[in-house]
Amino acid sequence: MNWILEPWPWYIGGPAIAIFMLSLLIIGKQFGMSSNLRSLCSIGGGGKVADFFNFDWKAQRWNLTIMIGAAIGGFIAANYLSDNTVQINESLLPQLQEYGINSVGEAYLPTEIFALENLNLKNILILLGGGLLVGFGARYAGGCTSGHGISGLSNLQLPSLIAIVGFFIGGLVMVHLFYPLIF
Amino acid sequence: MKTILYLFLGTIFGIIMYKSEAASWFRIYEMFNFASFHMYGIMGSAVAIGMIGVQFLKKKNYKAIDGSELSLQPKEKGISRYLLGGIIFGLGWGLAGACPGPMYTLAGVGYISILIVIAGAILGTFLYGLLRKKLPH
Repeated sequence: MNWILEPWPWYIGGPAIAIFMLSLLIIGKQFGMSSNLRSLCSIGGGGKVADFFNFDWKAQRWNLTIMIGAAIGGFIAANYLSDNTVQINESLLPQLQEYGINSVGEAYLPTEIFALENLNLKNILILLGGGLLVGFGARYAGGCTSGHGISGLSNLQLPSLIAIVGFFIGGLVMVHLFYPLIF
Repeated sequence: MKTILYLFLGTIFGIIMYKSEAASWFRIYEMFNFASFHMYGIMGSAVAIGMIGVQFLKKKNYKAIDGSELSLQPKEKGISRYLLGGIIFGLGWGLAGACPGPMYTLAGVGYISILIVIAGAILGTFLYGLLRKKLPH
């Protein structure tokens, strides 16, 4: 039964995402995960300080339910369907070691950043800062990897293509210019 | 009943994110180093099949199951918000190695530290709501 723990190759994962997006479309919904962050702000009372959060978040309950499902899926996959390690191109190992990351091939996320016992001020700032940029950028751009990357591009939206170019500029700048300064 | 359907679909989505390793920081790092086809293959094949599916549904004028129009809102025209917002998003994606779908998946796996990323993302969304009128769109 080892095969069940193997990671999926891209030609399983990619089409599965497309089928998921199309299933949502057929039941009348649009795939986009970052909208949930706006709903959460609204539920938390954000509407009192910014109009942007004065909207009918209850109409978004379906998406919040998907979000909870995504967490359940993670629990099931990690506990029953995976050995929880990720192999990447070995040519990247020396660079990662220089950054102090040695958990390649032994963990799903780098333990040096994500393990609870390594949670120091620097890691908290990395995680909080990364999340902050993701949340701010996703709403500013009006979507994330799902809303623009999958839904938008599938619907041939030029703004989504511009956003994705932005995603990659940002990611490349972070990994190639800022990583040597941060790690 | 519908809630169960959404919960089921969400669970499938979470499994896809985890099993395809799109939720792994390592894969995102590898992608931004152009060191593997994996992430490009995932996104490329998802978009290729998605495009064919969406164009087919549109051409045939299919409606959603409940009879409503397909939920395919066109994005507003513009450049700056998409480019600037996109770059900011990309910086965060590169740093935290997680985007807004996989975040929840990783929380379900039990990574306590991802809750800091989620808190940051909620805070970032909130800040955007506060500053929205001052930003070029």
